[in-house]
Amino acid sequence: MKSTRKAYGEFLCDIGSKNKDVVVFDADLAQATYTKEFKKLFPNRHFDIGIAEQDMIGTACGMALTKKIVFASTFAMFMTGRAYEQIRNTAAYSNININLCATHSGLAVGEDGATHQCIEDIALMNVIPNMKIFCPSDDISTKKILEECLKLDGPKYIRLGRNELKDVYSMNDEFREGGSKTFGNGTDGTIFAIGSTVDIALSAKEILKSKNINVRVVDLYSIKPIDKDTIINCAKQTDKLISIEDHSIIGGIGSIISNVLTQEYPKKLIKLGVNDKFGKSGDVESLYKMYNITKEEIINFF
Amino acid sequence: MEENLNKLNNISKNIRNDIIDMIYAAGCGHPGGSLSCVELLVAIYYHNFNMNLDKNGDRIDKLVLSKGHAAPAYYAVLSSLGYIPHKDLFTLRKIDSYLEGHPSNKISGVDVSSGSLGQGLSVANGMALSKKIYNNDGYVYCIVGDGELEEGQIWEALMTSNKYNLNNLILIVDNNGLQIDGSIKNVKSVDNLEEKFNSFGMYVQSINGHDFEDILNSIDNAKKSKKPNVIIANTIKGKGISFMENKVEWHGKSLTKEEYEMAKQQLN
Repeated sequence: MKSTRKAYGEFLCDIGSKNKDVVVFDADLAQATYTKEFKKLFPNRHFDIGIAEQDMIGTACGMALTKKIVFASTFAMFMTGRAYEQIRNTAAYSNININLCATHSGLAVGEDGATHQCIEDIALMNVIPNMKIFCPSDDISTKKILEECLKLDGPKYIRLGRNELKDVYSMNDEFREGGSKTFGNGTDGTIFAIGSTVDIALSAKEILKSKNINVRVVDLYSIKPIDKDTIINCAKQTDKLISIEDHSIIGGIGSIISNVLTQEYPKKLIKLGVNDKFGKSGDVESLYKMYNITKEEIINFF
Repeated sequence: MEENLNKLNNISKNIRNDIIDMIYAAGCGHPGGSLSCVELLVAIYYHNFNMNLDKNGDRIDKLVLSKGHAAPAYYAVLSSLGYIPHKDLFTLRKIDSYLEGHPSNKISGVDVSSGSLGQGLSVANGMALSKKIYNNDGYVYCIVGDGELEEGQIWEALMTSNKYNLNNLILIVDNNGLQIDGSIKNVKSVDNLEEKFNSFGMYVQSINGHDFEDILNSIDNAKKSKKPNVIIANTIKGKGISFMENKVEWHGKSLTKEEYEMAKQQLN
């Protein structure tokens, strides 16, 4: 069990020791984003810009333009909300090579409640040209996806979370831009998931199996570009389609999958996620239950 | 010195001609704020500015034109330095041109896209910070408009300049006193600029932004400074064309044929 933000912090320490050109920006949240670990090891390459997210993104962009390897972090809400236009007009329009690693995405922020629960970050980043979006679902996928990001030019948004997640992957698994991971080859249905909902989908898959319903789970960790071929193949090869995400279903992965399907292979898709509502305070399990982001909802569908 | 000043004044005259020709050809654009920063841009680029790349492929001296609507002035100066073919200038804002209405870093010599006000100083800080941390030579210039100082991000960024003591940063305010909706005093005053910048830990110089001797001296002073620099360049919006000077309506419009001919006559 490990949060993806903690895995991110460990990754930074690892590459920071290998490459002196790695620099990290934060906006007074180093404790929470886990960039604090990098700061301890490399205080001269960690820049705390204070509670000023717009300035933080701009400064990080300036640094990135001098060919440094830049990671910038704050909560998803303040990165994609407060600094949206800085990301669009400075980072993305200039196609700046920068890693925007946002923690505390989704309802899974928990007790801090609606103002801190960003359930629209995927939607906001997805409409920006040049942007690439990734969402890891455990320790290993976080580190491997970040490793992959080092090879990719341009702005990248990496969606990380606060809560601890079960290990899903092993060291042999590989992740790439435009890729996805499929678990099983059941033909009764496909469950599309990202981040914290991958494990929920896998639990549902096991329970369904005991009821003789064989489904597959697809982790769409590369949200942009999305793995269209896998989505279309699943639509062709499996009976029912459902998506589950800790994000608004307006503009989230459900919407992105629908967009692929309507243009390539029209088929009904049920979308689980936040439905045009703000979040609220509570523990993660209760929140997911309240917003119908559960394995029970998946099982009911089949 | 005298000879150098004459040279710079001649270059500025050519730049002003290009600006008017470009905006007239485009049928739209921002003459007022382009004409107010001509001497500033010419002084920066023609006074020991090192456009070369260092061993890491990073430009040694850099400029961020945060007031991106002065793109015609920027493009004309880059063209005079050989970065943009002169004939291309007159394709400004056209569908098949790469010369966007606001600067894009797809253009040779432009390091970062700009135009959305308030963002450039943060970017300049990041560039200056990189030079400091990695012990690389060079200066980072950033030109902002005075109206742009109404953006909160500018003041966030000034705290960053101060925090990291970026004395390799030279911020220049094109202080022409006007913005789209009227005089800055009336829209949302940014008065007592010297005091404001002083309190943010900057080394402040106030100069005549159309006088090359003043500008060059202030740049030389800034390079010796131990603090982050701001040069408040007092300028005239629409400088050089009598009917545009200090007239708010010339912020963003093109010229009629008669106005164009009159402007060209005045410039030459």
